[in-house]
Amino acid sequence: MPSHSDALVMDEAKIDRALTRMAHEMLEKNRDLESLVLVGIRTRGVPLAERLAGKIREIEKMEIPVGVLDITLYRDDATTIGPHALLKATLIHFPIDGKKVILVDDVLFTGRTIRAALDGIIDFGRPSCIQLAVLVDRGHRELPIRADYVGKNLPTAREETVEVHLREEDGQDEVHIVRPGTTSRKPEPRGKEPA
Amino acid sequence: MTPEAGFRLRHKHLLGIEPLDADEVRLILDTTESFLEISQRPIKKVPTLRGRTIVNFFMEPSTRTRSSFEIAEKRLSADSLNFSAAGSSVSKGESLIDTARNLEAMAPDMIVVRHSAAGAPHLLARVCRSTIINAGDGAHEHPTQALLDAFTMRQKKGRIDGLEVAIVGDLLHSRVVRSNIFLLKKLGAKVRVSGPPTLVPPGLHRLGVEVRTHMEEALEGVDVVMMLRVQQERMLGGAFPSLREYFNLYGLTEERIKLAHRDVIVMHPGPLNRGVEIAAEVADGPYSVILEQVTNGVAVRMAILYLLSGGVVGELAA
Repeated sequence: MPSHSDALVMDEAKIDRALTRMAHEMLEKNRDLESLVLVGIRTRGVPLAERLAGKIREIEKMEIPVGVLDITLYRDDATTIGPHALLKATLIHFPIDGKKVILVDDVLFTGRTIRAALDGIIDFGRPSCIQLAVLVDRGHRELPIRADYVGKNLPTAREETVEVHLREEDGQDEVHIVRPGTTSRKPEPRGKEPA
Repeated sequence: MTPEAGFRLRHKHLLGIEPLDADEVRLILDTTESFLEISQRPIKKVPTLRGRTIVNFFMEPSTRTRSSFEIAEKRLSADSLNFSAAGSSVSKGESLIDTARNLEAMAPDMIVVRHSAAGAPHLLARVCRSTIINAGDGAHEHPTQALLDAFTMRQKKGRIDGLEVAIVGDLLHSRVVRSNIFLLKKLGAKVRVSGPPTLVPPGLHRLGVEVRTHMEEALEGVDVVMMLRVQQERMLGGAFPSLREYFNLYGLTEERIKLAHRDVIVMHPGPLNRGVEIAAEVADGPYSVILEQVTNGVAVRMAILYLLSGGVVGELAA
């Protein structure tokens, strides 16, 4: 079944439409834009957060601050797995006390990345609330975590991999489901880790 | 410049700079960048080393290095224990290996060692299962100091490759100079050293550095001046006639600084002997990055602890 082994589930237009809808949902849910901030989780949550901020700018003519969170040091397996991912800096150059923080990531899977991100965010202050936006929710949660804004709900088998490619990181916008045993479309396979 | 994601240290211990390759040094410096930010947060702590025990085993006096390691450990949420020569069983005559075996019986994950004998950390690395970090062994190496020096140079100058670096002072008793020479040569800097002939160890030029007897020649046009402390406590006397004469010939004054490149930075590993190897106005002057070295030291040590804690089976022994 070669057509099932690597299925394109979102293309550039679909990703863009999903982000537009998510931006509208964010505006609907958060009347007070002054206190809204977006924080992208490295790596692919960062360009997604910037695109969402861009959509909000187009719709409301408001500049929403965007921060960058590296959760490597907060992972529950930070020192038990190897090799290390190269640690990159967290860049949150604005106070988050009392703010509404929307965490942005590409794929929601086990929920462990988000658990780590919540710990990370809380070390920067006390936001009034934290919401979660993901481009793809693929199920298989291991923790009681859910997203407030979802680009696409994608039922998957556990052993499948969801690959999100973004223009800023990978040169093109695409979401694929890759089955085990097949090679990724990317020259260097960097599947979303189950974390 | 940036190592591949997933690259890691190939060593279980940090015994010196000499065994590391250039990519490993770059990995440590790149990782340090990310740790600098943690010390500027309101909550200066990440949970990465939660549940790990680290023993700071200091058999020689140290303020800066020990407190720097201690802060780095606390900011990574490790549990740390300070163990020094005074007031311990070492003063009752216990041997180094016996002390280490007893410490190890309490199952620490890492031991940070400072010892007056060169090779003491290497000995511990052979008898202990824990990861050993050399925090200075005799006149041999002081790897974390060289790493923080290199990090500071890279931060200020944007590169290390091609930099002209002068290291001046008591070269004989200095572990800092050896670690720095190893590191700077690996990353492509050019190193000149200078000091009174009585304080220049024989064969130093074989490490690939130029040895100049006159300080002025060493300073000419350099991008970085690193001053070394005159280690009077290790001298048996007679290395030079008086501290005043030392200052006259090898003290870094505002006058001598003018010989260097106009964007020169002045470094010193501390503690400073003002008026001996460095004039007070230079130490506090615009070229000085001495206190930034201390700030960077915490981030470098956090990076080392983090990278060495990712240990998986199959590494080289040292």
